[in-house]
Amino acid sequence: MWSFSQLTDWIDRSLHSVMGDGWALTVEFILIGVAILVAYAVLALFLIYAERKICAFFQCRIGPNRVGKWGIFQSVADMIKILLKELIRIDNSDKFLFRAAAFFVIIGSICTFGAIPFAKGLHAIDFNVGVFYLTAVSSLGVVGILLAGWSSNSKYTMIGAMRSGAQLISYEISAGLSLMTIVILSGTMQLSEIVEQQGQAWFIFKGGLPAVIAFITYLIAGHAETNRGPFDQPEAESELTAGYHTEYSGIQFGFFYLAEYLNAFIIAAIATTMFLGGWQPLHIPGWEGFNRIMDYIPSVIWFFGKTCFCIFLAFWVRWSFPRLRIDQLLSFEWKILMPICLINLILMSVYVIL
Amino acid sequence: MTETTDKTIQAPEYAETERVDGRTVFTVPAERLHDAARYLRDVAGCDFLIDIVGMDWGDSLGAFYHMSPTDRPAEVITLKTATTDRETPHLESVCDVWEVAQTYEREVHDFFGIVFTGNPDMRRLFLRESWQGYPLRKDYDADPALNPLHKESEPLSDMDVVPYFTLEDGRLVGHMRQMYEEDEYIVNFGPQHPAMHGVLHLRVSLDGEVIRSVDPNLGYIHRGIEKMCESYAYPQILHLTERLDYLSGNINRHAFCLCCEKALQIEAPQRAVYVRTIMDELTRIASHLLGWGSMCMDMGSITAFVYGMRDREKVMDIFEDTAGGRLMTSYYTIGGLASDIHPDFCRKVKEFIPYMRKMLREHHMLFTGNPIAAGRMKKTGRLTLDDAISLGATGPSGRASGWSNDIRKIAPYAAYDKVDFEVPMRTGGDTFDRYMVRLDEIEQSLRIIEQLIDNIPEGPYAEKMRPIIKLPEGEYFQRVENARGQFGVHISSRGDKTPYRVKFRSPCLPLVGALKHITPGSKVADLIMIGGSLDYVIPCMDR
Repeated sequence: MWSFSQLTDWIDRSLHSVMGDGWALTVEFILIGVAILVAYAVLALFLIYAERKICAFFQCRIGPNRVGKWGIFQSVADMIKILLKELIRIDNSDKFLFRAAAFFVIIGSICTFGAIPFAKGLHAIDFNVGVFYLTAVSSLGVVGILLAGWSSNSKYTMIGAMRSGAQLISYEISAGLSLMTIVILSGTMQLSEIVEQQGQAWFIFKGGLPAVIAFITYLIAGHAETNRGPFDQPEAESELTAGYHTEYSGIQFGFFYLAEYLNAFIIAAIATTMFLGGWQPLHIPGWEGFNRIMDYIPSVIWFFGKTCFCIFLAFWVRWSFPRLRIDQLLSFEWKILMPICLINLILMSVYVIL
Repeated sequence: MTETTDKTIQAPEYAETERVDGRTVFTVPAERLHDAARYLRDVAGCDFLIDIVGMDWGDSLGAFYHMSPTDRPAEVITLKTATTDRETPHLESVCDVWEVAQTYEREVHDFFGIVFTGNPDMRRLFLRESWQGYPLRKDYDADPALNPLHKESEPLSDMDVVPYFTLEDGRLVGHMRQMYEEDEYIVNFGPQHPAMHGVLHLRVSLDGEVIRSVDPNLGYIHRGIEKMCESYAYPQILHLTERLDYLSGNINRHAFCLCCEKALQIEAPQRAVYVRTIMDELTRIASHLLGWGSMCMDMGSITAFVYGMRDREKVMDIFEDTAGGRLMTSYYTIGGLASDIHPDFCRKVKEFIPYMRKMLREHHMLFTGNPIAAGRMKKTGRLTLDDAISLGATGPSGRASGWSNDIRKIAPYAAYDKVDFEVPMRTGGDTFDRYMVRLDEIEQSLRIIEQLIDNIPEGPYAEKMRPIIKLPEGEYFQRVENARGQFGVHISSRGDKTPYRVKFRSPCLPLVGALKHITPGSKVADLIMIGGSLDYVIPCMDR
């Protein structure tokens, strides 16, 4: 299977041949940063278009169909529009925190995005505590949401932010516990190692029932963390107009919007990495011929294919279910989901010991 | 006690009794109004106050109180009272007898300046507090200099001071109280809000996520339709009726046509009667589909809203073929219809019936069985039977509480006595029951249409009417069942080509009172959902 490390090694060698070590490293950092930002923006545009199209099919509509063939450039046009929009100044808001909030949300999202192994050899941040890092930086977003709600000086945003705080902190526990289940199975927190271990069989097959339960609980908890329906109480448009980002306009609103879509992608990508083998192709032990054919499909396609499947599940749920009420949402987490996760953790430990 | 023409109700001795327009009218002096109301409520069983119609007779101000006993719902009893004091007119409030009177009295106060002693809230209902004069009085000065166009919004603090009046030794004494305490957390829902179905302004006092109180602030789309009616000819008024509850435009128009036809003692040809009934039921289906969709959207399910709109479109197409209009069809006239039905009408309606049945199953699959939806709707926003009657919450909302109040059944008009249908009823009174009653009513409406569509009689579609219609002198009151409840038209005629006074009984105004009554204690999210389940239309209550 072709590895992206051949490309990255070649860039590394060429840079070292023309400049000193320090400079080469600096240039590499900048290149990686730019690559991640570009990938982030392009993916967001794709996801917005995909969601609009998929939602349209669910609702017996056509969806965007004017800008470009099948409307594929619709989100590009929207992006240009949002860049040109006026940033409205809110009286009596905390100006500094108001501006900072959008950055908190998007930086938290980008940091998580950088740590995802997209394909063989295409992996920017790889720690030995990768899973821990993922959960840590992805919860940076909640700070931004709370700040946005507080600094806007509006009652809708305040209620939205309070809901969001309660919701994200609660569901983070279930999401974390589900990931821990896989960490027990793999014995490592390093993402590259986790993916490597799934070469023969994905963890969802290898881990038996506990892994399947963990996969489902992670999808639910992760979906709740992205603030998307049926868990979209923080922005519940029929109650709070737009929740914590009611007062934002132009590109500041765009940041929240972008982060929402990318968070959906990130959750799907983490689910793929942890449960569905990341960029590893589908291998069935004993079927040598089948495995060899699967190896011909590039790793990047495997990764994005599986991620898109998880995202599609999220879209499907979002456009089919009504919104939960905040007390139902919290009691679901604390009374049902978290106990299941804890029991599942024990189940997985027993499974691994046996 | 004197024996009245009506066998079931005995008049109190201080009342004059007459029989007008099929109703029993008791005229009582202003000082005995409260006694009479108590008597009619407790002894005669008139527990449903249909409407209060404020009147200015020139020399005196007063009101008609239309009421009905729920065990004999076809009967309408009217209490009439008047005061000759035009400077500080005051009547005793009956809001302790019927809860809905609180809202109605505010409306009468707003338009006629009559003060109701004992009503805890005597703010104006539709007009701003600083408005000069009382617009429905006959001596009202409509000079724009008195009430210039305000270019700045009214301070909301005006709404916080609530005046109320008491009678001390026969003297009228005014009091003020503050609506809210110093540190209450008040959130404004509306007038511009994605879930308000129009320009309703709710001031919601919150304790965290839990609602303490709701104060509806009406009048953002008040167009003075009742005032306009006084200078319009009867056929012109027809167009205004559709602009009340725009989702049941046909049915409202039907009410006004029926009221005029009753006064003129004519009957529309059978063809028109059948077509009107079919059109009414189509309107009801369209309205319930939209109500269903927007309620689902209030709960975050946008897909359901699009499905509702998609199916409603079919009904709109049928209207467009026949009447030209889609929402405001302007199709019924006094004495019949404006034109004959389109040649495709019967075919399209017959195609629509099986289509709608199939889609109804799909709607149930998408939303009714959904555990999240059921979990949110069941046991929330419970309106008990007694409250529903006292608050005057008619229509599907009242029937979900177990109150049989369908005018189509209890006092059939048009062709409803010729068809076989059931009135969907439930007894829980919660949001889920209101939701289900609407969907069941769609099924029943389809049944009605099915029975009529093949039997539309041949013949003329309208009576020949004179170009200028003058109603004989008198008071006429007609109720119909629109998609939200009992819609009533009260016409007071002095024999001119324009009415002396027109009052529309809005089914939505009591519903917003019901919202105020049932939401305290539930969550913010429930407020929106309960509002959606009551399915009020703002232009209908604001008029």
